[in-house]
Amino acid sequence: MKNKKVIWSVVYIFLGLFVMTLGYFTYYLMFRSKEVVNSTYNLRHDVLSKRVIRGDIISADGIILAETIIDEDGEEIRSYPYNDMYAHVVGRVLRGRTGIEEVENITLLTSDSRSSDALYNDLIGVKNPGNNVVSTLNHKLTKAAYDALGDNRGAVVVIEPSTGKILAMVSKPAYNPNDIEKNWDKLSEDNEDESPLLNRASQGLYPPGSTFKIITTLAYMRENPDYKDYSYKCKGSTEYEGMTIRCSNNRVHGNISLKEAFAQSCNSSFATMGSSIPVDSFRSLCESFYFNKALPARVINNPSRFEMRLGDYSVKEAMQTGIGQGRTLITPLHNAMIAATIANGGIMMKPYVIDRVESSGGRLLKGYVPEEATQVMTLSEVDYLKSLMASVVTDGTAKKLNKLDVKVGGKTGTAQQEGYKSHAWFIGFAPINDPKIAISVIVENKGSGSEYAVPIAEKVLDAYFD
Amino acid sequence: MHVAIELTKYLMIILIGTYTYHGYRVVVKKNKAYQEKSYRWMTFCLFMLHFAGYFSIYIQVPSDKLLLLYGGQVVLFILVITLYMNIYPNISRVLLLNMLMLLAIGFIILTRLSIDKLVRQVLISGFSCTIGLFVPAIMERFKKLRNFGWIFGVLGIGILVLVLLVGDERYGATSWLTVLGIRFQPLEFVKISFVFCIAALFDEGTDFKRICAVTVMAAATVLAIVFQRDLGGALIFFVTYVFILYVATAKSLYLMSGLAAGSLAAWMAYRMFDHVKVRVMAWKNPFGYIDNEGYQISQSLFAIGTGGWLGVGLLQGLPTSIPVVDSDFVFSAIAEELGGFFAICIILIYINCFMIIINISLKHWDNFYCLLSFGFAVMFSFQVFLSIGGVIKFIPSTGVTLPFISSGGSSIITSIIMFMIIQGIFHTGKSEKVNKQHIHKVGEPNEE
Repeated sequence: MKNKKVIWSVVYIFLGLFVMTLGYFTYYLMFRSKEVVNSTYNLRHDVLSKRVIRGDIISADGIILAETIIDEDGEEIRSYPYNDMYAHVVGRVLRGRTGIEEVENITLLTSDSRSSDALYNDLIGVKNPGNNVVSTLNHKLTKAAYDALGDNRGAVVVIEPSTGKILAMVSKPAYNPNDIEKNWDKLSEDNEDESPLLNRASQGLYPPGSTFKIITTLAYMRENPDYKDYSYKCKGSTEYEGMTIRCSNNRVHGNISLKEAFAQSCNSSFATMGSSIPVDSFRSLCESFYFNKALPARVINNPSRFEMRLGDYSVKEAMQTGIGQGRTLITPLHNAMIAATIANGGIMMKPYVIDRVESSGGRLLKGYVPEEATQVMTLSEVDYLKSLMASVVTDGTAKKLNKLDVKVGGKTGTAQQEGYKSHAWFIGFAPINDPKIAISVIVENKGSGSEYAVPIAEKVLDAYFD
Repeated sequence: MHVAIELTKYLMIILIGTYTYHGYRVVVKKNKAYQEKSYRWMTFCLFMLHFAGYFSIYIQVPSDKLLLLYGGQVVLFILVITLYMNIYPNISRVLLLNMLMLLAIGFIILTRLSIDKLVRQVLISGFSCTIGLFVPAIMERFKKLRNFGWIFGVLGIGILVLVLLVGDERYGATSWLTVLGIRFQPLEFVKISFVFCIAALFDEGTDFKRICAVTVMAAATVLAIVFQRDLGGALIFFVTYVFILYVATAKSLYLMSGLAAGSLAAWMAYRMFDHVKVRVMAWKNPFGYIDNEGYQISQSLFAIGTGGWLGVGLLQGLPTSIPVVDSDFVFSAIAEELGGFFAICIILIYINCFMIIINISLKHWDNFYCLLSFGFAVMFSFQVFLSIGGVIKFIPSTGVTLPFISSGGSSIITSIIMFMIIQGIFHTGKSEKVNKQHIHKVGEPNEE
């Protein structure tokens, strides 16, 4: 027949459609489905939990942070041995999953143990143990940070600069996930305005205060190649159209270099610097540091804000922004990342809390590898910033850290709050020549960074380098 | 009990795998003895799989109604196989078995999803198979039917316009008609008359004037469906027409311009109709609109993903969380509970049907039957592609039923009658061939 060939060509077209459908289906099941089914909208999580005993969440040093135990009545109970210490980062299962419990929900509810016992259990309907999630969190550091924060409101984040591993993430006030059902009403009402459910470390937005002078300095360096010859005569304050910016305790720093201004956190210098930087380059520098966008992290976070833009700012605001006040806001996690980026030679690593997934028998199922987010600084810029941050410890506002055996670099901050006591900040890293950890500390409404944040950092650093 | 559920789950995967393997083996191997063996395997797998499915459901929710329905279905399958094979010994056995296999899978999953709809489904299937029994005979008796192409075409448009005027609206489409208390979707029946009409008209000739006239009529049909807001349906008719035109004329220019016109129309539909935009939006980013537009497709993806390769087992998943799961989204329910391997076998069985129907078209000596079976092959496969592609998010969902498996009376009747017409074509082709071969004494015929 004349149109046999034509029919064959149609056959190929349709077989092609079918093969593509089969291919897409296979691709979806193999590569995409795991991520999709993890959605909290998937009601089938409860179906899985009928077949698998939720796996454990374990710290990097092998300590169980969350486990499922069976009580006398045979009921499964999710137990958190350290009560409120890991409440935010490990999260909870009841009343809306959060933290690692949310991100790795399906992983914990999947059993990949391949023993004959597991197969047998599957057949007779006995629950198999789910996979375990090993986090990057270090228990010793977390405990040190938790104890050091004491009863203050605030947060501590510790990052390994070369990898982006989050070694500790503590937020206070916290809540005890073991008693979440009992205390839920009180927690969600939050009458004292304490927000214990909020993970301040990654979601709390604070004015960065003087810790932002790192960014201001970098912006200034890029605009003024002769920055090493910078000098400024500090009279204890600077004025612009009726607004006065004072140095802390009204100290008059006199004739100072950039390094001295940085070490002493001279507000007059940095406010003047801030107003001299073109706003668009200031903004694009901040955005290269992930301001105004979600951080590249598998941890729920609020984007930090840098609001000044061309046509929407004033000289007054530029001056305030230069010293980390104004409309600029940052999360403690983000500030830790900035310290870690300097520590890591200008390369920002994506922060992560999950190191690997293992079957209940300990077989490695999935390992997370460090990933580079972006390179934001050149090595020479990094070297100079490092020397500035070292001088903060040797000669400046964080002198308390000088007595540690390890050489530390950092920057304090005292973010003023209208009508309240200031937030105390410290960000830094150590050892200065070969950084192993970067840290960010904030204490809400307490006072100056040197007085309240630096001692907390000291305890955490001490625990690490002990 | 859990052991039994798990074991039947694996057993069903093995059975459908074996079935599919033999379905293809029959097509490839021409040796009669081999084929006979494969047919026995396929029949065995069909009944075993049907039993396993019902067994798994029965041990979880035992009821007498279930036993009765199971018994009824077994009787139906046995009757169909014995009656059809005795009355028409020359029909394609693979195609017949494939039809029953898909029906059986549909029965099993519908038992699990909505047993009330199942009763209706089984009754309609039985009714359709009874009607179908006469189809090949009618085709042989009334060979003149092909001379009434125009009448079939106009009749089709008339029915669709009637639906537009007095039809009921469901799921946003005005495509239902209620006559004597029975609600049905006339579009389904028009599918058959449409292909019949186009094949008949192009069999008579393919001069330019005629092509223009037929195209106008086909366009009117497609437009009537567009006005019913049934996009999937319109797309199926359109694609079927373009491909029949291409094969009848053997000019790729027609195919190209047809597809170009189709793309243009799709683009215009996207710009003009909100319900089209919504579908595309839900396809591009279902999770972004998970609370509304993307809800159905997200739930479908959750179902398939949670089921994985092996499935969670009958009655162990949550397929009912997907809206309209028993009809348009039935494939996701199967993938969730019976598994990805099972679902792939179903696609392979559909491909198998397509190949067999196309083979009939390739081998048939009568140009009309050649075009007719080709038209059905295209219509059938494109519908399968739209349905499955839509629920797995390969293409935007168009709300099309999966032939033989989806619940829905009109769809089942049409699918069964369509297959019986194809069997009738096969039967005539075979008996003619047998006669010829008897005359020329060329030896044994082979089933192909």
